[in-house]
Amino acid sequence: MNASENLVEIEHLTKRFAVKQGVFARGRAEVHAVEDISLNVRRGETLGIVGESGCGKSTTARLILRLLEPTSGTLRFDGHDISKLSQRALRPLRREMQMIFQDPYSSLNPRKTVGQIIGAPFAIHHAKGGRERVEELLETVGLSPEHYNRYPHEFSGGQRQRIGVARALALSPKLIVCDEPVSALDVSIQAQILNLLRNLQTEFNLTYVFISHDLSVIRQIADRIAVMYLGHIVELGDSESIYESPKHPYTAALLSAVPRPTTGGRQRIVLSGDVPSPVSPPAACVFHPRCPRFHEGHCDVETPLLRELGPRHEAACHYPLERWPMSDAEVRQAEGATRADKPHLQGAAHDA
Amino acid sequence: MSSSHDLLLDVRGLTVRFPTPDGVVQAVSDVSFTLSRGETLGVVGESGSGKSVSNLAIMGLLNQQRTAISGEVEFMGRNLLTLPPDELRKIRGKDIAMVFQDPFACLHPMYRVGWQIAEAVTAHASVGKKAAWARAVELLDHVGIPNAKSRARDFPHQFSGGMRQRAMIAMALVHNPSILICDEPTTALDVTVQAQILELIEAVKREFDIGVILVTHDLGVIAETATTVMVMYAGRIMEYGPAQQIFERPQHPYAWGLLDSMPSVEKRLSALVPIEGAPPSLLSPPSGCPFHPRCRYRFEPCPTERPPLAVPTQAPDAHADACHLSWEAKQREGGKRSIARLGDAA
Amino acid sequence: MTLYIARRLLWTIVVVFCVIAITFVVFYLLPAGDPALRFAGKNPTTAELMTIRHRLGLDKPWYIQFLRFAWHFFRGDKYGWPGLGYTYASGSSVKALVFARAPRTLFLIAGASVIWLVSGVAIGVLSAVKRRTLVDRLAMGFALFGISTPVFWLGLMALYIVWSKLGLTGGTGYVSPVDSITGFLSHMILPWTVLALLYAAFYARMTRNNLLETLGEDYIRTARAKGLTERRVIFRHGLRASLTPIVTMFGMDVALLVGGAVITESVFNLQGLGYLAINSALQQDLPIVLGVVLLASVAVAVANLLVDILYAFLDPRVRYA
Repeated sequence: MNASENLVEIEHLTKRFAVKQGVFARGRAEVHAVEDISLNVRRGETLGIVGESGCGKSTTARLILRLLEPTSGTLRFDGHDISKLSQRALRPLRREMQMIFQDPYSSLNPRKTVGQIIGAPFAIHHAKGGRERVEELLETVGLSPEHYNRYPHEFSGGQRQRIGVARALALSPKLIVCDEPVSALDVSIQAQILNLLRNLQTEFNLTYVFISHDLSVIRQIADRIAVMYLGHIVELGDSESIYESPKHPYTAALLSAVPRPTTGGRQRIVLSGDVPSPVSPPAACVFHPRCPRFHEGHCDVETPLLRELGPRHEAACHYPLERWPMSDAEVRQAEGATRADKPHLQGAAHDA
Repeated sequence: MSSSHDLLLDVRGLTVRFPTPDGVVQAVSDVSFTLSRGETLGVVGESGSGKSVSNLAIMGLLNQQRTAISGEVEFMGRNLLTLPPDELRKIRGKDIAMVFQDPFACLHPMYRVGWQIAEAVTAHASVGKKAAWARAVELLDHVGIPNAKSRARDFPHQFSGGMRQRAMIAMALVHNPSILICDEPTTALDVTVQAQILELIEAVKREFDIGVILVTHDLGVIAETATTVMVMYAGRIMEYGPAQQIFERPQHPYAWGLLDSMPSVEKRLSALVPIEGAPPSLLSPPSGCPFHPRCRYRFEPCPTERPPLAVPTQAPDAHADACHLSWEAKQREGGKRSIARLGDAA
Repeated sequence: MTLYIARRLLWTIVVVFCVIAITFVVFYLLPAGDPALRFAGKNPTTAELMTIRHRLGLDKPWYIQFLRFAWHFFRGDKYGWPGLGYTYASGSSVKALVFARAPRTLFLIAGASVIWLVSGVAIGVLSAVKRRTLVDRLAMGFALFGISTPVFWLGLMALYIVWSKLGLTGGTGYVSPVDSITGFLSHMILPWTVLALLYAAFYARMTRNNLLETLGEDYIRTARAKGLTERRVIFRHGLRASLTPIVTMFGMDVALLVGGAVITESVFNLQGLGYLAINSALQQDLPIVLGVVLLASVAVAVANLLVDILYAFLDPRVRYA
């Protein structure tokens, strides 16, 4: 049963957080962090999850590792349904899945030596692994075995992230979830870590779930991509396919908004306003209040489901883009779109 | 880069030192540049490159007791570095305004947004509270805040990140400044909001005919907005010139390194070429060229002799850079860079 | 907001009664001897003791006594509402006694709190603005002195020097302002200062630390970038943000002193509430102790509520639904 092509299988996964409005309020509200997402992570691939702040990408990462309890839905890891397993029952599986965090400055215990940090997983899981194994790991991630007795503060940001990678590798996991692992690093260092992750993947046959808000980073590292918006997956498919011909207007807007280090004009699709609050997400298609292709009476009434729009390429949109690239005006010319008016240059910011 | 009557700011030999118990941090060393009306000067560099510090020094926003600043910053015929604090204060927020990185932290959490902008009005003009408030509302409306009249009464936490940054820009525009310094204005924002803010800054520049200094670590942001680019590393200028030239024919190995290590949204690269090592400690920066320990092209003179920032004698039309490599070598290598980036061969 | 306050007030009553109940339990479960013995004179007969016990209600289990206390409290007694009962020692009204002593304590707290708040915040601001200068070191030296000096020692020294040797102020004891306003001030100035010193030291330190932290915030840089004067930056922007926690602490400190200024009251012989409570406890006069505990816990609960409400006004990010 473990021979399945998919290492992780997610079906209709939902996570809501209860929040209090105001300090002593009675009324409970819920943050719709992740809403009914389904996706698979194949063995040996890198699945990129991309989206803006609050889109639910980090929550998804934590759900996959079962660091959070899903509100509903199923989650299978390596054939085991782990959506309802107790933390205790999860323990043997924990060593198969590891995580690399965003902030290399706060994710390492400052009072422990590098050797202790990387060796900790062995102790926790009663696995074999002495000093030699840790030194080997240090070399694997491009540090020196002599760093064994040093403390995290003696290292630069890039080196600390390498320590984090070594710690994640210690128990030879099958899956590593990388949550914005290069966002806090300078570009020149970022490239070092991205290359390292890619080499390790080949060397150890790793599967990555790679979370980032940076579309360039995702393009560089991911084989497949899930684009998230307000807790929903709006587009899912092979990386090349999504970057070369995005189907969802949100993906298109996102791609067109990325500043590029090349001169020369290009068309930007301007979204009006900000991301709405996940406490009271818009009805039907969550993107409809900002969408340039919004059709009144359809998009705000009927929820679009992910559907196949190309080979290994799905999007959740009633009016997907026909081709790419498209100019802002062309995007707005979707037949029957009820928001043909182009927003003011400065983009009205309507929210809250 | 522009005729002299449009010259707004002339910085010569700006040097900033922070004495600390561990030694002197050489944050900015001998930085010279100019800013003209209608120009957007993009200052790019990694953390610790001195890009933010130099602007704070110009604004007089560094702690006077714990910094040693030298050089000249000429603005409207006056050297800002020698002005008495109160004279400098009268320029700050009036003629030179600033927008910062984190709009979540830059507005006072306990005052209404409108109040904070109105305060900027009354700081340099003797107008009544009502008039100041009206000006605040007008500016909020101008920078694209819907229902500005009622939103002005909101507290910052009721604004989204993009709206806060708009409010910061409104605050900066209060007295029609001639220089707007933006320090990583979009780094804390989402990419779609970032695009809106960059467009707003561009629109403001055209409308008010001002000079903009845009500090960022993001080469993409620079490429989209800057007319002139200054690449900084370890407190020094590595390369300085028109944006078009720098992006098409970068001359300095550090600039090449930056471009090569950036992943592209346009296509997946076969491999990123990182700059090996980490930026140097500013407590003891390397001798000679500060970039030499990480430079793939270093040769004899690099560790001992600091290359001056100069326009190559072979090409008087080219832009200035600080590297010992021969002009021919730079053409060869730099040319590869722009082709590799723009062309289809990876 | 109204709903919130109502709910909090309801909780206040519950909390106060829990406190009273705990006081009851402690009083009866701790082996402190039989109160009846104290009032029965020498060699009392068993019958006499029984009579006294019955008169004081001590022949009932403690929970019955507690219920009786609660009953009297809500129904009132012959001295009106709320009924606090009679002292064991003299049978006089506890309420009258407590109300007679309360002004002394309240005057003490009022004067001292104004002194410590003003001087503490002023010293703290000065210290933060003149950071790492001689002024800062002197101010923090003062703070260390204030925090580490025991109040009883300081009180006695102050009395010895200022009153006994220099004769600048009145001595111990309490003079009602109704009788003589100068006598009142002359007798209160030392207790005020002595009580305020410890708190002033705390507040100076806290103000300094809060303000220094605030002055490092990004919005302070924004304020400076606007071209505001340094004075305005520090007071309108810096101090405004630093004061919120200080106000919170101030409310609680004042409330705690209602029954807690014992040492100052003793040293200066002011005979306030704290002093009354301690003496009564030593004499096992439960009703008086209960009266003071009740007043003090109401003060704390009400101050708590006031501070929370005030907080919502001070910090717009906090809203109560």
